[in-house]
Amino acid sequence: MNLLKKFLFELQEITNLIIAAFFGLFRSPRYFSETVRQMDLIGVGSLPVVLLTGFFTGGVLILQTYPTLEYYSLQDQAGKSVATSIIRELGPVLSALMVSGRIGSAISAELGSMVVSQQIDAMRALGTDPNRKLVAPRIIALMFMLPLLTVAADIFGIVGGGIVASGVFSLDYNSYITSVRFGITTQDLIGGIIKPLFFGLIIGSVSCHKGLSTTGGTVGVGRSTTNSVVLSSIVVIIFDFFLSRAINSIFDIKTI
Amino acid sequence: MFSLQNEETVVAEEIIEEELQPTDLEDAVDEPHRIIPAIEFRDVHLSFDDNKILDGVSFTVRRGETKVILGRSGGGKSTTIRLVLGLLKPDSGQILIDGEDITNYSEIEMMKVREKIGMVFQEGALFDSLSVYDNVAYRLHEQGIDETEVETEVRRMLKFVDLEDAIDKMPDELSGGMRRRVGVARALVGDPQIIMFDEPTAGLDPPTARTICELAIKLRDLEDVSSIFVTHEMKNVEYLSSEYATVNENGEVIFEMEGEKLCLINTEIVMFKEGKVIFSGKNEEFRATKDPYILKFVRGK
Repeated sequence: MNLLKKFLFELQEITNLIIAAFFGLFRSPRYFSETVRQMDLIGVGSLPVVLLTGFFTGGVLILQTYPTLEYYSLQDQAGKSVATSIIRELGPVLSALMVSGRIGSAISAELGSMVVSQQIDAMRALGTDPNRKLVAPRIIALMFMLPLLTVAADIFGIVGGGIVASGVFSLDYNSYITSVRFGITTQDLIGGIIKPLFFGLIIGSVSCHKGLSTTGGTVGVGRSTTNSVVLSSIVVIIFDFFLSRAINSIFDIKTI
Repeated sequence: MFSLQNEETVVAEEIIEEELQPTDLEDAVDEPHRIIPAIEFRDVHLSFDDNKILDGVSFTVRRGETKVILGRSGGGKSTTIRLVLGLLKPDSGQILIDGEDITNYSEIEMMKVREKIGMVFQEGALFDSLSVYDNVAYRLHEQGIDETEVETEVRRMLKFVDLEDAIDKMPDELSGGMRRRVGVARALVGDPQIIMFDEPTAGLDPPTARTICELAIKLRDLEDVSSIFVTHEMKNVEYLSSEYATVNENGEVIFEMEGEKLCLINTEIVMFKEGKVIFSGKNEEFRATKDPYILKFVRGK
């Protein structure tokens, strides 16, 4: 019961934070330059990590599935299998997990340090709402940049799969590309972009909430950083299941 | 509207009866707004879980007055300041700023009230990512003031705290005392008429602590600022209660001891013990008290 109460309280706090940040967007001053700065930090800063993850995920996918496809004489479906897996699931989820580890922890640590050194109190005392100045730009930047990072990870994943398919299994590159082109649908692409939008919201709101609710000095900053990464990663994975179900039924995507 | 006028009249009458001296009333004739206290606490209670932090605290800070809040660590001194700024809400009681009841104000309503209050934090609480210039200019940048005006104001404030040379430095390049002084300069931007000092001399060497106290005295005597000065150092109480700032013939600010000339130092002491006010009055009365808790505090043993 206590655990349930704690969960509901956390959920309420995170929801309040999102609402406060959202309504803050309609009041001046607006922190456009801060949002752009966050986009640069989150988007450009995370690009190498996300591209590497995408590339090697595509490569390992083909490495593991190609022998099975070959067994059933379905080598010409290799591109489709990689592209579908990456665009529908692995691209959005792995990008979100990488960004959660890199950016979620940084947001939580930064805000947590500001709390323990009274900078958040100082900000409020100087007439600035931290939800508008700190939370809203980070959530918006994450919601905007995560879909773009996911698209980049998807492309590098497919390219990685193609390189491994032709390099290791001597699969004709044209056959791989053709399989990718005819294997993925518009619904897959739309679904693959909708997911990171929500994941960005989850990572941003959980990290900001954990950072702003830091207590207990520098030890507390470490604790809230760890909690932020763990919680946002778990919520991303759980939410991915329900989001996949919703997207599949909305776009009538067949899972087989 | 009728009830509001009625309430104001009652409040004014109470203040006239309980608080004001004849000299205050003479001033009040010229400036009627001075009757209303800058800060007023009325029977404020606050608890965190089962821990009582404030237990029926009542006091007023008049215009141009410095109220020194004394007490042991964890006695509710800093909490009082956080309540004034609306960073915390009391469980019961009323808090009035310039006669305006802010007890149940929302965060958006409090933003307006905070514009007239400056706050100096214990460790300065400077923004690490901003230079001294940007820290001091923070409030003005938020209000979208023209950069030329901002620079003039920032330089004026840094001159006031004697830190003009540090304008381009980052907070991590400053000593503890310099950080506090930048904190003072940041709090003074926009000329707020109320300033809160939250243990501004904690951990500082005596000359630097003295500098911070001199700034508070200058604000009180030359700028007519009302302030709450939270501390547990008796040396600060001595400075604030026995010296006053004035300007000599050369236009320089000088500090003189009470008694050298006729003056009424506008500083009072409020002593907290376990969330309750156990003393409120002038320094002389404070030092003459027989209360064992206060005596222990005064003598430091």
